[in-house]
Amino acid sequence: MATRLKEVDAVMVGMGWTGSIMARELTKAGLTVIGLERGGDINPTEHFALPAVRDELRFSRRLELIQDPAMETLTFRHRPSETALPMRRMGSFLPGDSVGGAANHWGGHTWRYLPTDHVLRTHLTQRYGASAIPEDMTIQDWAVTYDELEPYYDKFEKLCGVAGKAGNLRGQKIDGGNVFEGPRSDEFPTPPLKQGLSGMMFEKACRELGYHPFPRPASNSSRPYTNIEGLTLGACQYCGFCDRNGCEANAKAGPHVCVLPKLREDPKFTLRTKSWVSRLTYDKAAKKVTGVVYTDIRTGEEYEQPAGIVVLSAYVFGNVSLLLHSGIGEQYDPATGKGAVGKNYCYQLSRMGVNMFFEDKNFNPFMGAPGTQMVIDDFDADNFDHGGLGFFGGCIISCGHGDGRPIGYRPTPPGTPRWGSAWKQAAAKWYQHALNISLSGSNYANRNHYLDLDPTYKDQLGRPLLRLTYNFVENDFKLSEYCMQTALKIARAMNPTILGNPRLRRGDYDIVPYQSTHNTGGTIMGADPKTSVVNRYLQAWDAHNLFIMGASTYPQQVSFNPTGPLGALTYWSSEAIVNKYVKSPGPLVQA
Amino acid sequence: MANDTIPRRKFLLGAGLAGTAVATGLAAPPPAEAQTPQPAAAPVPASAPALAAASASEGPNYLVLTASEAAFISAAADTMIPADNLSPSGTDCGIVTFVDRQLASAWGGGAKLYRSGPFHKGKPEHGYQLPLTPREFFIAGIAATNAWTRKAYKKDFDRLSPKEREEALKALEAGKAELESFNGKQFFEALLTIVMEGFFADPIYGGNKDKVAWKMIGFPGLPALYANLIEQYRDKPYLVEPQSIADFS
Repeated sequence: MATRLKEVDAVMVGMGWTGSIMARELTKAGLTVIGLERGGDINPTEHFALPAVRDELRFSRRLELIQDPAMETLTFRHRPSETALPMRRMGSFLPGDSVGGAANHWGGHTWRYLPTDHVLRTHLTQRYGASAIPEDMTIQDWAVTYDELEPYYDKFEKLCGVAGKAGNLRGQKIDGGNVFEGPRSDEFPTPPLKQGLSGMMFEKACRELGYHPFPRPASNSSRPYTNIEGLTLGACQYCGFCDRNGCEANAKAGPHVCVLPKLREDPKFTLRTKSWVSRLTYDKAAKKVTGVVYTDIRTGEEYEQPAGIVVLSAYVFGNVSLLLHSGIGEQYDPATGKGAVGKNYCYQLSRMGVNMFFEDKNFNPFMGAPGTQMVIDDFDADNFDHGGLGFFGGCIISCGHGDGRPIGYRPTPPGTPRWGSAWKQAAAKWYQHALNISLSGSNYANRNHYLDLDPTYKDQLGRPLLRLTYNFVENDFKLSEYCMQTALKIARAMNPTILGNPRLRRGDYDIVPYQSTHNTGGTIMGADPKTSVVNRYLQAWDAHNLFIMGASTYPQQVSFNPTGPLGALTYWSSEAIVNKYVKSPGPLVQA
Repeated sequence: MANDTIPRRKFLLGAGLAGTAVATGLAAPPPAEAQTPQPAAAPVPASAPALAAASASEGPNYLVLTASEAAFISAAADTMIPADNLSPSGTDCGIVTFVDRQLASAWGGGAKLYRSGPFHKGKPEHGYQLPLTPREFFIAGIAATNAWTRKAYKKDFDRLSPKEREEALKALEAGKAELESFNGKQFFEALLTIVMEGFFADPIYGGNKDKVAWKMIGFPGLPALYANLIEQYRDKPYLVEPQSIADFS
């Protein structure tokens, strides 16, 4: 029997970005909050200290900061007709594990989604006609527009000290920033990071071709910055160890640097680590949750934590599986299209690009950060005419060295063997002289891509694992080929000694090699409870005191990294909870 | 013994310390049971640690690898990373020590691996689906590969000539080696991965001896604080003596 604990005003399930921000906003409003985190705590001063933090084997290969699949993983199949098998090792994506979540090991790319991304179905219907959207492309509008979210995008950027250059300041287009972005009320909090040679060569070629290159916006603060919480970030050291590692300079934004120091000193907040929430307690008739049940994994003891408000702030998969384990909402069924939980799982098209080798250039690939890249957005989203192309969506195309860690980064020209003396000669010859243009593509929802519970495999608590049914489809292949033509045009303009073979998105999805931790969907937002799980305030249709944060609420995925809107939506939702819900509990949107 | 084969027993008994000898300038410890008569080994200097002499007579110090497993890894590492003008051989770079320690580590024992059944073969896109821990996987792979080379070449893998080893590894890599009840291509990929990890990881794990792999490509290692250097060295080679974790500890 679970030990019943004293009720609190609100409980967070997961203490990454969204749990930390939400807990901070609710305690500021006077609520008592408990933050439950399955992983352990992190003390950045100790855990992310030099020299130990510069260890590629420990962090990049043995995945020190990544979720342990032995505790909980998911099963995977390409099609609804197949039997799924467990993802026994983390690979394609790397959710975090500990207080701070994936923000401990992210790279920091921080985007705002484009205004058209927020109203995708409406926009494409207006421009191309309803019949142009394939029947199995189950894209939906967001429930929040760009203009509504703009102040919250701004707030999150000022929490993170994002480095970048505006391309649209209050409607005025600015050369050197992303001219395709929506209007911003303010510049980026810190200037763009310094570029290396590769980014500058790419920028020059893009300009000559008439494109609009700009520095990649990143939460790698380019200079010391005091954020809206009064906490200070350090300056990025361009160490080349950023993603998959912690940051010893406190320059990479994350809950530990940007929020938690304030939260930890607030007596209204209690952090409980090693606390694994197994289900929510749900009163279906009242359309309310009454709290959560969790296991203290240090002792195996089970506890029930009653709460007035429950916030799901785990990773995408945790949010979806907790709804299913708690019987909240209706499971999506691809055969009928009915049900919304698990619907519109999307990913991103990555591992696409082309390597180039320059005999006479020195790139020092180890000097850099995720933000030392130049990007073009000209062939992304609906920034170009899709008439007659046979696909929707697009790619951002980028170039710049952010990581020369040698177990993972050893580019060699096509035809080089992978081992032996010839490989050694090539690896030694080209390490300094190679660069890569990379593409990241949107991934629009498909009727057959979804999450549900696996009938066979269980997690460490004995619950069924989440089952992922997903594959790449024709739209992805066409998009990839189209955008690659542009990448190759830029590559040729850069005039390399050797041009590598283009890496296209072809064939079935492979869950083994790392691609991106940009999984989305499964608890999507919308205006209709039949086709969405949460309303525009991220409040669950089926339980009015349950709020679901994060990228699981995105109806489809774009080319950008998902963290920008994730932070913005958390602020947006927290404001609705504090200003509306707490004063008058109940549905904030009438179904 | 053919001239181009590596004296196996000598390796079995001495390789664990070969790296130490190179690093400290000590002579290689004498093989206790050389196949061919050898002149008396160079005398061990009086300053040599007693441990080295003691260990030499007891064989190499490995945590989990048996002598023949270590010989296999050594032969594979030396074929994938042959000694040339760029680096010493894989074994002399410490890769056998690295592999031994990794297989003895939590990772080698199956940490961060979902190990519940049932087990099905699956498609390549499903990834690893075996019940074996990495340590068990490598041991099984070594045994299966040796069984195959005994059929194909009448010898264990580490007894093959360098040319034959290369040929055997290429057959594994191409999926053409017919291992009994074991996926040779999958084993090859795991072997190549761990050898490269050993070659390029921080020397604190036992490989990449003297940061030789970092020197080979020009990776400076630590402390990696480049805020004031990234512009200064734009299009200029940044050439420094690499430093590793131990240099800062």
